[in-house]
Amino acid sequence: MTRPTDTAPTTVAAEAAGRHRAANAAGDARPAKGDLLTVDDVHVRFHTRNGVVHAVEGVSLTLREGEVLAVVGESGSGKTVFTRRVMGLISGSRETDVEGTVTFDGITLSDLDAKGLAGVWGKEIALVLQDPMTSLNPVKRIGAQITETLVLHHKLSKQDANARAVELLRSVGLSEPERRVRQYPHELSGGMRQRVTIAIALSCSPRLLLADEPTTALDVTVQAQILDLLGDLQSRLGMAMLLVTHDLRVVRSRSDRIAVMYAGRIVETAPTKDLFDAPRMPYTEALMNAVPPITGPNHVRLAVIPGRPPNLLSPPSGCRFSPRCPYAQDRCLTEEPPLRPASELPGGGIEGHSYRCWYPVGTPENAEARRRNVERGETAAGTPVTGEMVPA
Amino acid sequence: MAEMTISTPPTTAAPPGEAPGKAPRGARRNAAVRRVRRRLVHLLIVLIAVTFLSFVVIDLLPGDAAVVVAGDNATPAQVAQVRLDLGLDRPMIVRYIDWLGGVVTGDLGKSFRTGQPVTEALAQRIPVTFELTIVAEVLALLIAVPLAIYSAYRPGRFVDRASMTLGFGAAAMPQFVFGMVLIVLFAGGLTSILPATGYESFFTDPLGNIRTIILPCLTLMIGEAAVYRQLLRSDMISTLQEDYILMARSKGLGPRTILLRHALRPSSFSLITLSGVNIGRLLGGTVIVETLFAIPGLGQMIVQAVFNRDYMLLQGGLLFVAVAYVVINMIIDLLYLVLDPRVRRDA
Repeated sequence: MTRPTDTAPTTVAAEAAGRHRAANAAGDARPAKGDLLTVDDVHVRFHTRNGVVHAVEGVSLTLREGEVLAVVGESGSGKTVFTRRVMGLISGSRETDVEGTVTFDGITLSDLDAKGLAGVWGKEIALVLQDPMTSLNPVKRIGAQITETLVLHHKLSKQDANARAVELLRSVGLSEPERRVRQYPHELSGGMRQRVTIAIALSCSPRLLLADEPTTALDVTVQAQILDLLGDLQSRLGMAMLLVTHDLRVVRSRSDRIAVMYAGRIVETAPTKDLFDAPRMPYTEALMNAVPPITGPNHVRLAVIPGRPPNLLSPPSGCRFSPRCPYAQDRCLTEEPPLRPASELPGGGIEGHSYRCWYPVGTPENAEARRRNVERGETAAGTPVTGEMVPA
Repeated sequence: MAEMTISTPPTTAAPPGEAPGKAPRGARRNAAVRRVRRRLVHLLIVLIAVTFLSFVVIDLLPGDAAVVVAGDNATPAQVAQVRLDLGLDRPMIVRYIDWLGGVVTGDLGKSFRTGQPVTEALAQRIPVTFELTIVAEVLALLIAVPLAIYSAYRPGRFVDRASMTLGFGAAAMPQFVFGMVLIVLFAGGLTSILPATGYESFFTDPLGNIRTIILPCLTLMIGEAAVYRQLLRSDMISTLQEDYILMARSKGLGPRTILLRHALRPSSFSLITLSGVNIGRLLGGTVIVETLFAIPGLGQMIVQAVFNRDYMLLQGGLLFVAVAYVVINMIIDLLYLVLDPRVRRDA
């Protein structure tokens, strides 16, 4: 089986890699200015009792300094594994294969040993996890959990670190920070705890923040506050952010670019506005249709994506989305589409927008595929489809 | 609503008027006082139940203290006289209340057999058993905790496998067999570097004391060390899966800091509980080891008292064991308050 896409990076990444190579040729080991993180053809495979799970398959992307990149996908799409691999928290072992390179600010993270990584973690790259109820140590005071990075990386004295911890808690919007540092996590609400984990992540002013579903475990009203706080701090500190989420709405106004992940692959990536204006991959379109429009009429049936994300132990052949795609044709079931630049499309696409589809949304081919499937009443994969389900 | 929780502190955190920073400390003290009070009531109930039960059982056992005391050749009249002298002619419940009255005033009576005051006998025996128990427990923890931490850090590797195999072997062997193995190895079999029997007080002969307790303590601790290692290892492995450990790693902390500062404390609750139970159990129950190494401890005293129907001595011994058990569990309970801040509030 040929997988033409395995080594094909996104246009953005290809561009960056090209510049990187050019820079190297000129005798400068540092990447082109502005590129903070370069991920090139990253794979992660887990050997489990039931077989090999290919959780991340050939993902490439680039993040510029101060940029917010959103990685969007359903649960099981490999976005969390990908983030942890980027950071180096997942490394090769007996049960885990890793491939590809991750470069951060001229350092090849994927070549570093545990000690080298520990020097970057917390200082240059920080992580915020999904559930603040479990990501803080229940038996350590809030203050101690903030100060340990300051003492470790910045060699601050206990008193200076404590003063800085109070300051950090104030900057993430916690009331009475002097009292909070003496409290334990269980004495705080979920939103407050997530503010604490953000304070911890920001304690050493990292240049890259990886936020893995930072609001999924929170109340809806608190979600917006935390996201606004993250956005505010991100722009104030000028750090880059990789924002992982399953919720497209969340990132619409809060990201510069979006990469949509499905079954371990990037299926579409574009500047945020362009992705919303002209999604090319049917999966992206389906995700957008699954979001209830605020201005729309009440009590309208929501579009759902039929079926479930594929089991990564035995992913479907051809396009991974074909079993659930309303436009699926015979070709989709056998041949996996490569990641192609949207600028090649007849309608003209935007620079930096690429997608993975044989029948991209908004093209005559797509309209034809739709017409054929609606006429037949089912897709090539046998999924029932009606005209009402697929807005033309 | 959610905005409220963010901007206002939970009102339970500090009673009004109390300085903000003092809240956790005050809460801890209150919880501690509450727990001690509850335990003291508990202690009283346990003591009455244990001592009364043993009174009843001794009374129902065939045989009679008077017969034992009067000797094999005594006439029935002599036995009756002895019975009268010891007050054994009175109903059981009267004797129990009489004994209980003595306990309140600090008088535990006298041994029927030797006439020695029970408090004096206890004062001789308790330090011996206490030393054996504490030294054995401390040794067990000193060996088990580092092995468990390293085994959890590198599960399935050499240290883990080797310590598991050795530990299971040791724990599966009956205590007296292991004791005899030690005697053969160190005290008269292959080498004679340690005494096989006897006990020296630490205050009269410190070196002799250490030499006499090494083998008994090793015998006592080996099985416990194996269990402790197993318990802490598995708790530690599950703690290491927690998000907050991932978070600690992502801060750039080294494995030492993560294992000792982040993972050990939240993994130690069941270990603490079990070692508390074991200390309580050992204080009354090192009989096998005391017998094997001829050590004049509490366990031997209690067994002898049962054989001799020396119920005053027995009651004294049981009273101590019960008190010790409850007190140690109370200490463990208070240790939870120190180790886990979450218990402080909802106590």
